[in-house]
Amino acid sequence: MDKEKDMNKVLDEVTSGEYKYGFYTDIEMDTAPKGLTDDTIRFISAKKKEPEWMLEYRLKAFKHWLKLKEPEWAHVKYPKIDYQDIIYYAAPKKKKQLESLDEVDPDLLDTFNKLGISLDEQKMLAGVAVDAVIDSVSVKTTFQDTLSKHGIIFCSISEAIQEHPDLVKQYLGTVVPHTDNYFAALNAAVFSDGSFCYIPKGVRCPIELSTYFRINAANTGQFERTLLVADDDSYVSYLEGCTAPQRDENQLHAAVVEIIALDRAEVKYSTVQNWYPGDKNGKGGIYNFVTKRGACRGNSSKISWTQVETGSAVTWKYPSCVLMGDNSIGEFYSVAVTNNHQQADTGTKMIHIGKNTKSTIISKGISAGFSNNSYRGLVRISKKAENARNFSQCDSLLLGNKCGAHTFPYINTANNSAIVEHEATTSKISEDQLFYCQQRGIDMEKAIGLIVNGYAKEVLNKLPMEFAVEAQKLLAITLEGSVG
Amino acid sequence: MNSKKKATTGLKNNSTINIFEMLNKNDNILKDHLLNYYDQSKDLLNKDMSDAVRKLREDAYTYLKNNNLPSKRDEKWRSTNLEHLYAQTPSLDYKPSVYDKSQEEIFVCEVHGFEAQRYSMLNGWYYGPESEKLKIFDNGLIVGSIIEAQKQYPELFNKYFNSVAKTSTHGLTATNAALFKDGFFVYVPDNVVVEDTIQLIKMINKEENMFINSRNLIILGENSELSFLHCDDSINHSPNLLNTVTEFIISENAHLRLNKLQNLNDSTSLINSTFIKQHKNSTSKVNVITYNGGLIRNEIYVDLIGEAADADLNGIYLMDKNQHIDNQVFVNHAVPNCTSSELFKGVLDDKATGVFNGYIFVERDAQNTAAFQQNNNILMSSDAKIDTQPFLEIYADDVKCSHGATVGQLDTEALFYMKQRGISNDDARLLLMFAFTAEVTSKINIEALRLSIEDMIKKRLRGELSICEKCVLHCSVPEYPMEFDIDMSKV
Repeated sequence: MDKEKDMNKVLDEVTSGEYKYGFYTDIEMDTAPKGLTDDTIRFISAKKKEPEWMLEYRLKAFKHWLKLKEPEWAHVKYPKIDYQDIIYYAAPKKKKQLESLDEVDPDLLDTFNKLGISLDEQKMLAGVAVDAVIDSVSVKTTFQDTLSKHGIIFCSISEAIQEHPDLVKQYLGTVVPHTDNYFAALNAAVFSDGSFCYIPKGVRCPIELSTYFRINAANTGQFERTLLVADDDSYVSYLEGCTAPQRDENQLHAAVVEIIALDRAEVKYSTVQNWYPGDKNGKGGIYNFVTKRGACRGNSSKISWTQVETGSAVTWKYPSCVLMGDNSIGEFYSVAVTNNHQQADTGTKMIHIGKNTKSTIISKGISAGFSNNSYRGLVRISKKAENARNFSQCDSLLLGNKCGAHTFPYINTANNSAIVEHEATTSKISEDQLFYCQQRGIDMEKAIGLIVNGYAKEVLNKLPMEFAVEAQKLLAITLEGSVG
Repeated sequence: MNSKKKATTGLKNNSTINIFEMLNKNDNILKDHLLNYYDQSKDLLNKDMSDAVRKLREDAYTYLKNNNLPSKRDEKWRSTNLEHLYAQTPSLDYKPSVYDKSQEEIFVCEVHGFEAQRYSMLNGWYYGPESEKLKIFDNGLIVGSIIEAQKQYPELFNKYFNSVAKTSTHGLTATNAALFKDGFFVYVPDNVVVEDTIQLIKMINKEENMFINSRNLIILGENSELSFLHCDDSINHSPNLLNTVTEFIISENAHLRLNKLQNLNDSTSLINSTFIKQHKNSTSKVNVITYNGGLIRNEIYVDLIGEAADADLNGIYLMDKNQHIDNQVFVNHAVPNCTSSELFKGVLDDKATGVFNGYIFVERDAQNTAAFQQNNNILMSSDAKIDTQPFLEIYADDVKCSHGATVGQLDTEALFYMKQRGISNDDARLLLMFAFTAEVTSKINIEALRLSIEDMIKKRLRGELSICEKCVLHCSVPEYPMEFDIDMSKV
């Protein structure tokens, strides 16, 4: 009985953990008026000094968005979003052009320090180039020199629109067209900033590219747009991570990430997502409605998504691979943790079009508190995808009896040489394992920590070194009180 | 379940809008036809019917009026297209046939050599001599027409009728409630074990295009046992739309064995909704065997409302030509300590398309649930297609749930191994296919039926498509026992 009590206590603590990154940075904002009209879009476009074709693209997307209805099929519930009550553009005021880190707003640096991602430290220790995005505009980009030596372009997308319009024009919206879905259309219309990356032919990017996102001002929608192009025979590993300060009103985050891998190119895209999940009563928190998709356009190309999802009040996210090139490979590794009243509907889509295409899906869901965690995935083998191969595994772990774990896989096969396998299990944290650990003097908290980490190991192992550490920390913080 | 919306695949949002508009238009042709028929024939339909049935019909009519018939816009119907049916106005005005010859003279059951009490329905009406519309046995067993049961045993009927099925499941279940004319009724009293299998042969033999709604009610009292074989057969080649709703009530400690055998012509569509409610310690073993049929959709809803109930649901489908099979299996674990298992296996040849949607729902209080779900498919031709969706929705934490789905071919290494040892390619494939299907076929408790389906698989594998062109029946002489041309000395 005591054991059960202990267990309940630990689970209580687990499920009542407070968000660690709840602080707020006071930086002056240059904001657009609330609401969304043609004028808002013109304002954003003008603010960013965009060329005419970009404005047209935005307006076209906006026109299409007006025709769409907000999707309701996901297994999530949230109050209706008033799209006219959102500020669509907020940028930290630039007092002058910055030459070095010293000139950066000290408050901003402080924010970074609290997050433990001090730019210089990162520069020195990890050798990671950081394109830090605070609210919508890139403040500082580092390691440009190293990258430019290899001909790699890594900059904010606004800058890319100015400096490399041809590349942007050629690839923007080709993987996630503005007609794709409700949130993609919205993003295409109002995206404020994001990252652009181009790896030229035959180049192996020597460092891990990284962007830290951070939502800052209250009431500001965050609409990131990331475009990543890996040309023939190139390789890049890209990291994306986020934490967000505590806020009462729900914030909308509707990002779009597009990846294009050409012949024999390989892209590894890793995410650690820790947006503010709302307090333990389910108040506040970020709505994370993201469209992420990669296209393996070239033969023998490879795109690999790895994500650790611990945050957001509501997550609606399906990083996908369209395997067009013959022999191309798509991978999806995910750990999604939901606690308190969080809701996650996440998974992937693997669309096999080319011959001998392969995909692997490993998804680990962990639900605690009153949360709901759903895996939703599509594996489609089209008629021409000879010898396509897919393996999917999605497991769910339940901590506590008030949460839900759901699995919604869709498998469509139209080719008889394809082999598709899907398996899933849902179970409670194993009593035997807990008992075994405790028997050997490991207390309940640590035992749960060990088991959860072991359970997620398969995915965590896929993260780059620097990220793996942070991911484990985030897992620990999310399951606060028992783990870590 | 969030149905309504089509999940965004991100591929063709633009084009879908027009298709939807088109669907809407066609949908209305059949829907209006159904509503009109109800308006005109209400009195006829309600003749001899109890108030409960009249009320049900009214409710269903209202539902149908306010909702569309299921289409690809609905999440649960996204892979099954009924559009071609919605543009038609099939006859709803079918009358009972006069009993002038025995069922055997009309149709010979192709499953040879097993003992059963046989009952039949012809064109949507119970078929039997006027005096035997409802048979009452010494042990209290009642079998016969649902209309007669409603007249003679109103108390029993009212207690159970429409207690499991949900009119509002979709437009077609509503249509069934509003327009059904007859159906099959079985009541097994408490503590009665029915020795022989009760076989229901539903025959369709009309030249015109008909839309037949029939409604069955099977009640198992406490501690009772029933083996029930439900056959859907067509006798000619005319297109029909069959819409059947069957309710099973399995009381405490009762055991049901249900085998469904579907053998319809290529232009017939069958929407078969089976609702099962299981009380404490009851078991159900269901095998759905689909031989042939233009478009077949089996919906099985199992509600486990008593502790320690067990549901074992299996299916096998062998489709070819342009046939379409859709199995939707929903198991709801409402109370603790129940177990359920779903195993569906299929072979798709030619341009056949298949759908499997398994749904395990575990409610918050249903601790100690064990649920298993598996769907395996083999595609024999490059034009065959399968969509499989094994879903789990779980709100309790002390559960063991797993599901799996595969689409593939026969194991090439195993094939090679056998060929290496002198087994011909065909026989090797056949053996492997048996291994593939044996998991399901071995669960069929009627041996003759099991042999028949094994024979069927054998034929399919030899490259013979389902049947001869003239007839929808597999009237060939049974080929079993199985013989392989294996030179044992080489093995």
